Amino acid sequence: MTQVSMTVNGQAASGDVEGRTLLSTFLREHLGLTGTHVGCDTSQCGACVVHVDGNAVKSCTILAAEADGADVATIESQAAADGTLNAVQQAFQDHHGLQCGFCTPGMVMSAVALLKDNPSPSEAEIRAYLEGNICRCTGYHNIVKAIMAASGQDVSAIAAE
Amino acid sequence: MYNFEFVKPSTVAEAVSALGEEDAQALGGGQTLLPTMKQRLASPSKLVSLSGIADMKGVSADGGVLTIGGGTTHGTVAAEAGAYPALADLASHIGDPAVRNRGTIGGSLANNDPSACYPSAALASGATIVTNTREIAADDYFQGMFTTALNEGEIITAVKFPIPQAANYQKFLQPASRFALVGVFVAKYADGVRVAVTGASEEGVFRWSEAEEALNKEFRPDALMDLKVAPANMIGDLHGTKEYRAHLVGVMTKRAVTAAG
Repeated sequence: MTQVSMTVNGQAASGDVEGRTLLSTFLREHLGLTGTHVGCDTSQCGACVVHVDGNAVKSCTILAAEADGADVATIESQAAADGTLNAVQQAFQDHHGLQCGFCTPGMVMSAVALLKDNPSPSEAEIRAYLEGNICRCTGYHNIVKAIMAASGQDVSAIAAE
Repeated sequence: MYNFEFVKPSTVAEAVSALGEEDAQALGGGQTLLPTMKQRLASPSKLVSLSGIADMKGVSADGGVLTIGGGTTHGTVAAEAGAYPALADLASHIGDPAVRNRGTIGGSLANNDPSACYPSAALASGATIVTNTREIAADDYFQGMFTTALNEGEIITAVKFPIPQAANYQKFLQPASRFALVGVFVAKYADGVRVAVTGASEEGVFRWSEAEEALNKEFRPDALMDLKVAPANMIGDLHGTKEYRAHLVGVMTKRAVTAAG
């Protein structure tokens, strides 16, 4: 067992993990942060996306030990302490950017990472950025629309679907 | 995945020492190795992470050569390899953004997946693979699917790319995996054109020498009109027959020449 310590959502977190413990496992099972979802466990679906030192990564494909000392942000950090949703979360609600909701934590974390680098992305840029986030309800249209809205762009001309 | 001992050295020397143990395995970004271990297709007793070695990260251009640390992520190459735009563009289309934030150029070249993008860039550029013990020319480095000139425990510390006059990479996506069904990298240097093909051959990345000869005479897509790749050594699977891949090699090479101008 190895002792790991990291900052998770602004708070110090530590625990004893095996070498093979994934960051997603550490977050969900050691810290109880079950907002990070594990959809495929094969790095394809993106439901487990979190930010490690500001970069979007698939937490099922990074060892917890690799994140030792890192600053990790999960979906639980995105709303304000009083429950007020952030701009991306609110836009997902306003534009029906989720159906079953399973992929949503990863979609939101990817969207937040995208908007940090590219504050006003085109539809094509959003779709390209979400290549590694799969929505099996196939609700991509409203996810893309929500991200455009969250970036402050006018989406009134985009049909609701 | 089976359990293993995890170590994260901060220098190349410490990593080489840690890799001396039997069944120890270097870990780059883990975007291929960890899924492989989950499938129990690999079960090293010890993983030696290279991600803590600062000397192996970064991109720098000097005297017409772009040097990329072996531990540099695809995302960093995409953002910082502006001196070699075709290479930056290739890096910006590997996997997806989250994968690009972890996966490394050294890891990709050490694994030498027959459908990976970077091997075609390294071979078409006549790159030099720098390890902890020596420098290996790309022409000597790639030795077939998942096979390279690397010895046990040898680490790619950097890759040196001569910057070409013009270059382009064209990838035809395998629609499920998004790896290259066929990818062609064309690079034009003062001393000649090099064409490297990934995704297509049973023997891994290869140079298409007939196309190079034709393009040396005339760097135009029409120069390739009469050339055909023999299907015999192509990969044939449910995503595409040997003949289909052989045809695509010609199509993607023409597109790359057109785009490179």
